[in-house]
Amino acid sequence: MKKLTALILALVMVFALCACGNNDDAAKDNDDAQDALKAGFIFLHDENSTYDLNFMNAAKEACANLGMSEDQYMFKTNIKEGQECYDAACELAEAGCDIIFADSFGHEPYILEAAKEFPEVQFCHATGTNAHTAGVANLHNAFASIYEGRYLAGIAAGMKLNEMIEAGDFTAEEAKIGYVGAFTYAEVVSGYTSFFLGARSVCPSATMEVTFTGSWYDETAEKEAANKLIANGCKLISQHADSMGAPTACELAGVPNVSYNGSTIDSCPNTFIVSSRIDWAPYYEYAITAVKEGKSIDADWTGTLATGSVVLTDVNDKAAAEGTADAIAEAKAKLEKGELFVFDCATFTVEGKALDSYMADVDTDANYEKDTEVIENGVFMESKFRSAPYFDVQIDGITLLDTNFG
Amino acid sequence: MNNSKQGPLVHIVKRGALPRWRAWGIRLIAIVAALIVCAIVTMTVTGEDPIAVYATMIDGAFGSERKVWNLAQSTAMLLGVSLAVTPAFRMRFWNIGGEGQVLAGCLAAAACMICLADKLPNGLLIAVTAVASIAAGAIWAGIPAFFKAKWNTNETLFTLMMNYVATQLVAFFVIVWEVPKGAGKIGIINQTSQIGWLPTIGGNKYLLNIIVILVLTVGLYIYLNYSKHGYELTVVGESERTARYVGIKVDRVIIRTMLLSGAICGVVGFLLVSGTDHTVTTTIAGGRGFTAVMISWLAKFNPVFMILASLLLAFLEKGAGAISTSFGLNHSFADILTGIILFFIIGCEFFISYKLSFRKTAKKEAE
Repeated sequence: MKKLTALILALVMVFALCACGNNDDAAKDNDDAQDALKAGFIFLHDENSTYDLNFMNAAKEACANLGMSEDQYMFKTNIKEGQECYDAACELAEAGCDIIFADSFGHEPYILEAAKEFPEVQFCHATGTNAHTAGVANLHNAFASIYEGRYLAGIAAGMKLNEMIEAGDFTAEEAKIGYVGAFTYAEVVSGYTSFFLGARSVCPSATMEVTFTGSWYDETAEKEAANKLIANGCKLISQHADSMGAPTACELAGVPNVSYNGSTIDSCPNTFIVSSRIDWAPYYEYAITAVKEGKSIDADWTGTLATGSVVLTDVNDKAAAEGTADAIAEAKAKLEKGELFVFDCATFTVEGKALDSYMADVDTDANYEKDTEVIENGVFMESKFRSAPYFDVQIDGITLLDTNFG
Repeated sequence: MNNSKQGPLVHIVKRGALPRWRAWGIRLIAIVAALIVCAIVTMTVTGEDPIAVYATMIDGAFGSERKVWNLAQSTAMLLGVSLAVTPAFRMRFWNIGGEGQVLAGCLAAAACMICLADKLPNGLLIAVTAVASIAAGAIWAGIPAFFKAKWNTNETLFTLMMNYVATQLVAFFVIVWEVPKGAGKIGIINQTSQIGWLPTIGGNKYLLNIIVILVLTVGLYIYLNYSKHGYELTVVGESERTARYVGIKVDRVIIRTMLLSGAICGVVGFLLVSGTDHTVTTTIAGGRGFTAVMISWLAKFNPVFMILASLLLAFLEKGAGAISTSFGLNHSFADILTGIILFFIIGCEFFISYKLSFRKTAKKEAE
């Protein structure tokens, strides 16, 4: 027993020495790195997920644009939405990061904990909802007005429907769109409604059916959902989920597809029309620059078409209707100038009536209370009171085949 | 081909008990060999400097005060589950349900923190939470023990299946309690009010957990080696018939030991949820229930050695994480290194129990 105790003691002392030694090193590193700004990034998965890849590419692009060298930014991938996220954030802060980004909704409470512990470090959480009410000065949220991108993509869809109607493929009354969503909550509702409004702005007879898979990434379920919609008579499919399930189902069935998160033209050369996505690079650049210059970062930042955060891929001329690119450019200019609003209440009805007042749950709390009037001058002001979407109204013309709240 | 009457080139011989220093010598050689193999793999696959990789591992585990505390916390949690499965193993009851028993404890703790938050004073709530977690863990272990004692069911399969039941239960309740609706995550429970959170000692949120586990370690060491219960369960493990012959009630020993096993898992679940994580997810146990099996065996069911084994495993985990961050490598690479090191460490136990005898040099040592 004595030998054992001695051994353990010796080990403990060695470890203690290691710890002390390294402490000094870390302190020195911090001194050296004081002038060179450092950014840390936390990702839910790695580059195999299209969602995270979009963030990773943006992070690399932003750092390159700002002239940051490779040792000025750190990536932490495969960070689960649990205590791991808090640990990862603390590690990045300790490694000398001045600003730390996280990319998944479920990271938020853990980022908040880390933000309280490291008040001198800025924490930027994409897609979150708490920063504007949490009262923690160094916690920030960001999202983008992706509904504008979806509206523009919807115009491409509407023009394709018109083209097919003119070609005699089906009658105007049969112009039905199918939409594969992940879950029935505001982010998705806002997405498919804006897409539908875009399509209906050019094809007035269009209707839409929506089905939900209950997962952000389930290739089989998304494929099945798309096939079900096609069998129901949908003439065009779009989706809000992260796998290639719906696009490949469309390519196999020869049904046009409007995609999300990036171009799917390589796998679907005959059916891919256009895709919208959020480009996070402008936000990363904005936030990192703010830290560099000692300015404050907005608690709740919304990227727009104007900031370059909402982008569309090139239109695939092989599948899209003629003049699609021009129509998109025209509508985009109007949106940017403020002449056109996506959720203009004059363009849709709810249960047959016009919507003139709506209370949305903008401030996140446990009660889910509808707390803010979001209709101003006849327009549902999405992403104005909070960057993350809160449009959760079911408008006429869209049929939900099912719902899935997870 | 040599068909003479000579024996095979190599044959395996059981060793007598090795002196302790030689056993540790073999382990040391294994670790060095593992590091060399890791270095070769690192060089050939990634082209990184292996020494820098090891330095990063050490830095990742011990690089700052917070990291050392974090390592101590990970070690303590791993140790807790290892302690829990050990009495059962000594009894030769293959409890591989540590994962499920911890989850049951976590779920009970979260349930108390969520449902009783505004109904009880904080001190009482923490006490209720602790009791509920311990009871949940004990029940989760007690069910397979009861079936084993009554109908001699296969405890390995039973405890394993109970893991999946626990995981699915947690998945179900995560959806019931998710915040906000549709998030699929509970998030941090009572984040602003901190109701039901264990108090911190001197501002250190890990210290209390570590102290509790250390007390448990000492307690279990005494229980296993110096108590009548500990003796009884060892006898049951050695030979059930002997145990019956000397008048030990085997059924009772099995159920009692497993209740203890589950209760300790429940404590770990309680510490995880009320002490540090303040949430419950299906992955909160983090595979500890299975890693604990390895630790318990590596340490030869000795609670004191388990401290070392848990520390080693926790160190590898933290170090591996640091490698993937610092060198921009995929996390899988760090897992490969951990795998190699564990392979050598577990493999070397073979050379402690057996030796290889070569035909002509049979009298010489071959290690």
